[in-house]
Amino acid sequence: MALAKAINESLRRALESDPKVLIMGEDVGKLGGVFRVTDGLQKDFGEDRVIDTPLAESGIVGTAIGLALRGYRPVVEIQFDGFVFPAYDQIVTQLAKMHARSLGKVKMPVVIRIPYGGGIGAVEHHSESPEALFAHVAGLKVVSPSNSADAYWMMQQAIQSDDPVIYFEPKRRYWDKAEVDPEAIPGPLHAARVVREGTDLTLAAYGPMVKLCQEAADAAAEEGRSLEVLDLRSISPVDFDTVQASVEKTRRLVVVHEAPVFLGSGAEIAARITERCFYHLEAPVLRVGGYHAPYPPARIEEDYLPDLDRVLDAVDRSLAY
Amino acid sequence: MTESTAARKPRRSAGSKATGTTGTKAGAAAAKAGTAGAKRTTRTAATKGPATELVQLLTPEGERVETAAYAEYAQYVAGITPDELRGLYRDMVLTRRFDAEATALQRQGELGLWASLLGQEAAQIGSGRATREDDYVFPTYREHGVAWCRGVDPTNLLGMFRGVNNGGWDPNSNNFHLYTIVIGSQALHATGYAMGITKDGADSAVIAYFGDGASSQGDVSEAFNFAAVYNAPVVFFCQNNQWAISESNEKQTRVPLYQRAQGFGFPGVRVDGNDALAVLAVTRWALERARRGEGPALIEAYTYRMGAHTTSDDPSRYRHDDERVAWEAKDPILRLRRFLESAHHADEGFFGELEAESEALGKRVREVVRAMPDPDRFAIFENVYADGHALVDEERAQFAAYQASFAEAEGV
Repeated sequence: MALAKAINESLRRALESDPKVLIMGEDVGKLGGVFRVTDGLQKDFGEDRVIDTPLAESGIVGTAIGLALRGYRPVVEIQFDGFVFPAYDQIVTQLAKMHARSLGKVKMPVVIRIPYGGGIGAVEHHSESPEALFAHVAGLKVVSPSNSADAYWMMQQAIQSDDPVIYFEPKRRYWDKAEVDPEAIPGPLHAARVVREGTDLTLAAYGPMVKLCQEAADAAAEEGRSLEVLDLRSISPVDFDTVQASVEKTRRLVVVHEAPVFLGSGAEIAARITERCFYHLEAPVLRVGGYHAPYPPARIEEDYLPDLDRVLDAVDRSLAY
Repeated sequence: MTESTAARKPRRSAGSKATGTTGTKAGAAAAKAGTAGAKRTTRTAATKGPATELVQLLTPEGERVETAAYAEYAQYVAGITPDELRGLYRDMVLTRRFDAEATALQRQGELGLWASLLGQEAAQIGSGRATREDDYVFPTYREHGVAWCRGVDPTNLLGMFRGVNNGGWDPNSNNFHLYTIVIGSQALHATGYAMGITKDGADSAVIAYFGDGASSQGDVSEAFNFAAVYNAPVVFFCQNNQWAISESNEKQTRVPLYQRAQGFGFPGVRVDGNDALAVLAVTRWALERARRGEGPALIEAYTYRMGAHTTSDDPSRYRHDDERVAWEAKDPILRLRRFLESAHHADEGFFGELEAESEALGKRVREVVRAMPDPDRFAIFENVYADGHALVDEERAQFAAYQASFAEAEGV
């Protein structure tokens, strides 16, 4: 099942199992979303459950907050990463803090779906990775699946969470297919996963970069290097225990994400792992990611995005210490 | 303990209690407009109320206004009893007393900041008393009078201004949402909540408060639009108190605020915000309309903030005293008192008892605030997440260890 379809199936299951679940966003109804993630849902659940909204991101999130106050569990779609900023105020000053401000009396079970990241040849504001901006805000949970099974199960868990969850969807992986078992018993939403065991170095990634890191590990294996690959899955919180356990084994860590490296989530992981594993590390934690520049035009985005060679180059640098 | 430890530890534990010191007239419209039996699904709602000039039922001299153009609204207070009128008066007097006490407490250093409602009592009490128990209220940070009408203990409002919490009450206890500091955000929350009421098939309504300054915010316009598109049962209640800190109406809008509604597809009405009776009538009209499924309405309560924006503000820098003097002549409390007296609805005994009740309220507020404890230090980590978060757990443990180190340093 394709990743986009897995999310669709997960939303369908949520709509079926809980009458309080709502889907909201621009074009989510008849069109099924610009990526068709909500395809067919309005047809089956009606305009009251799958709500086409005015073109106003702050309005979408702000009214979702009101609906949550009334007892609903809205799942809202922001059409593209770069369009979330009109809603940023509502997310940061209202959604994230309502539970604390009410001394725990009010819950905010709102999921905000954001297709994010590059690699699809889009125009500007359609390829960004703003996850660190959300992870920095207490009160929000930030997650990103990398495969269909996680996409399915993490969406179930995000909807069931009484906390607001920012659910970043790796749009360049929407069409990647993998098995989804709707009967499986998933691990916790925040838990990282060891995708591939290895002994020489740990590659940690999430969302669209997990597949790249698996490819890098394949390529490195041909050179006789054994890389461990972690799918962090959750960006806030980060499952540092799993990262620590891996680094204590491999003694080297490279963090890979599409977002700019400067003050990105890789910086936090590098700092924390340095604190936790200082005496285990054979090399400084290295990061591979975007530059401190606006996301470039599509014709040169491959130069901006981490690719196989940049990951392997970082692996080489780490192993050279 | 080591010398360096001894020197370092007490310095940060000196216990500084930072409380923070931040700080057109139009002709009478057709009475039938806006009252046709529209359903919630109606997309082409009437956009005009029965009257579009300043609705007033009591003059500043306390005389009843019997203008036919206001009859559509006046019918909502036609059966009001002397007891209810005295109740409105009592609410306004006690709210003003509470507000004055809070201002004094700020001056005495007990509160970090206070946003006074002085002058806006009629707008708040008139509208607050129009709400039904199952209606839901979304305030700004100045709706102390509305909170009073909702049965919220006024001392609960002081916690955030004292700096012991960032909200502090259960919004569902009195259907009175937490104060919202970011201007206009709550208009969207109110609209979403109202959309939920429609989905539930309930017949209650929502009222969203905001000021003239908030009318410039995108969120308020987005709320108007969502409310219109979904025909949500929400009443937007704008207290136009003439000043958004130092910015006058001229800097906020080029059209009278109540006229904004028409462009979004619902009626807007300007009411004399210093006339509790008119505010009560117009708000009842709007709420009942919303409950019937006829969608949103905008009320512009034309009033005046007699004090500063907050205790950090200095109005003498941007407005003249004569403006205030002119508005003092329209005082909402004095106006209703004159009416009560001339209609023989209240005697000296009533006013005397109210004075005593007022003083008792002030005393209670003072005592409660002074006794209000600082929150537990670990409250930092409470309620950040409903489901928990590993980073919060980790940092709470670090903080606990750090706190424990003081006890060790002191040999306890």
